[in-house]
Amino acid sequence: MAGLTANTDLLRTILVGFIRDEVHKVGVRKAVLGLSGGIDSALVVFLAAEALGAENVHAICMPYRTSNPESEHHARLVAEACGVNFSVIPISAMIDAYFDRFPDADNMRRGNKMARERMTILFDHSALLSALVLGTSNKTELLLGYGTLYGDMASALNPIGDLYKSHIWQLSEAMGVPQAVIDKKPSADLWAGQTDEEELGFSYRQVDDLLYRMVDLRLTREELIADGCEAAFVDTIYRRVQNSHFKRRLPVIAKVSNRTIDRDFRYSRDWGT
Amino acid sequence: MNFTVTLAQIKPKLGCVSDNLALIVERINRAITGKTDLIVFPELALTGYFLKDLVPEVARRLDSNEISCLKELSRRISIAVGFVEESDDYRFYNTAIYLEDGEIRHLHRKVYLPTYGLFDEQRYMAHGERFRAFNTKFGRMGMLICEDMWHLSSSYILGMDGAATLLCLSSSPGRGVEGDALGSATAWQQLTSTTALFLNCRVLYCNRTGFEDGVNFWGGSEYVAPSGVSVSRGKLLEEDSLGVTLDEGSLRRERIFSPMLRDENLFVTMQELRRIARERGQ
Repeated sequence: MAGLTANTDLLRTILVGFIRDEVHKVGVRKAVLGLSGGIDSALVVFLAAEALGAENVHAICMPYRTSNPESEHHARLVAEACGVNFSVIPISAMIDAYFDRFPDADNMRRGNKMARERMTILFDHSALLSALVLGTSNKTELLLGYGTLYGDMASALNPIGDLYKSHIWQLSEAMGVPQAVIDKKPSADLWAGQTDEEELGFSYRQVDDLLYRMVDLRLTREELIADGCEAAFVDTIYRRVQNSHFKRRLPVIAKVSNRTIDRDFRYSRDWGT
Repeated sequence: MNFTVTLAQIKPKLGCVSDNLALIVERINRAITGKTDLIVFPELALTGYFLKDLVPEVARRLDSNEISCLKELSRRISIAVGFVEESDDYRFYNTAIYLEDGEIRHLHRKVYLPTYGLFDEQRYMAHGERFRAFNTKFGRMGMLICEDMWHLSSSYILGMDGAATLLCLSSSPGRGVEGDALGSATAWQQLTSTTALFLNCRVLYCNRTGFEDGVNFWGGSEYVAPSGVSVSRGKLLEEDSLGVTLDEGSLRRERIFSPMLRDENLFVTMQELRRIARERGQ
């Protein structure tokens, strides 16, 4: 699919420019982000180092005790490769203290809690360091709702939210992200042995190909099926995008006045910058 | 006559009129020092682009201090600049003015306010109702604002009205990273080149740069000769100042080589357009 092949030089220029411009114009020089050991946060830390200077980027690895030890190793590898500040803040004590009260909690609750714990650490460091929190959710995840609301989906700026996973792989290669990180199977690393593709039930390549044609090219259901997509797959993904839309919006406000925030009180976020 | 032009590829601050005025004045003073004849700024240079509810706040009347200041500077250099204009009846227009010898030589209100994709201009602004060429010290010109140029009729009308130089003031968002070059840049370059070629006229395209809410403006301001050839092009995605010289000789020669404009049959065009309007019941 031609549209899923990106001009990586151009992408790099735009995304580096975006980080530099949007960080500097609010009067801040630094950024902080969670570095998981996966490819998405690795790419963002590379972009941020180029945009702001490695010394102005703080990468924090926040493992839980069931996280794969390889993840922390990869996070360190990435931080060393681009020279950013790196620290490790384990979240096991905070998470366990909470779930001691709810020992029956399932993996989803535990995973969401971990993602939100990490978010609070990043925003605390945002205040500590005067640094903006960079988001690391890609377009595939955002469209599928494969992320935790107010957890890993929370950030001040997201440089890669308009890049499908397929683009993430290409740009990571071009920017020199360590090969081990590019090659490994994507995983949320919420529990041992978890992989995204197994949990989702399809491959990123498969779903990127469909999402690109459905969302970006706006092909109809009939056109997608005529193009060779399976009807059941098209319907499943369409429903997933629809059912997760709430995660991509601000909380709904009940309208009672003439000017309601975001409905008829409309300003760009960059208002005055 | 030959004349020199500076295309001021600036990065305005969203909603900060005084900061942007300072930026514009600084570029004008630099151009005056460099003995430039005309300086062109982007669309909404005085205000920034994604204004939304800020429109009434940043709008300026033609008798405002900011416009008076620019008029005064136009005694030393001709200036084309974009801003939000507030009219006597409290309409707000996406406007471009051409200032010369301390006067507003021409005012163009954007006719085509886009509302598709990432655009939402017509929600906040009123649309203009005319395309008119006008006389300047450097010959007859026409002004368009960004989306205006995507309507063939706009440039055609200005060409028929005698404009030998088209100024296009733009705030074009960059998008499309699939190909060798940025998609919107490629599309615009085709448009400016084709327009120049069809009308045997020069095109001066001035686009802004910077980011607003994650949207990039790609710059790439350019001077396209009447042959459709891009003579000079500004930097992509960076602030720039592009100095060009427009020579009368190349315009004359092009109009001798390719006299499409001379041969354009306005009578046939008008007759057919009237028929179409009649048949549509307008």
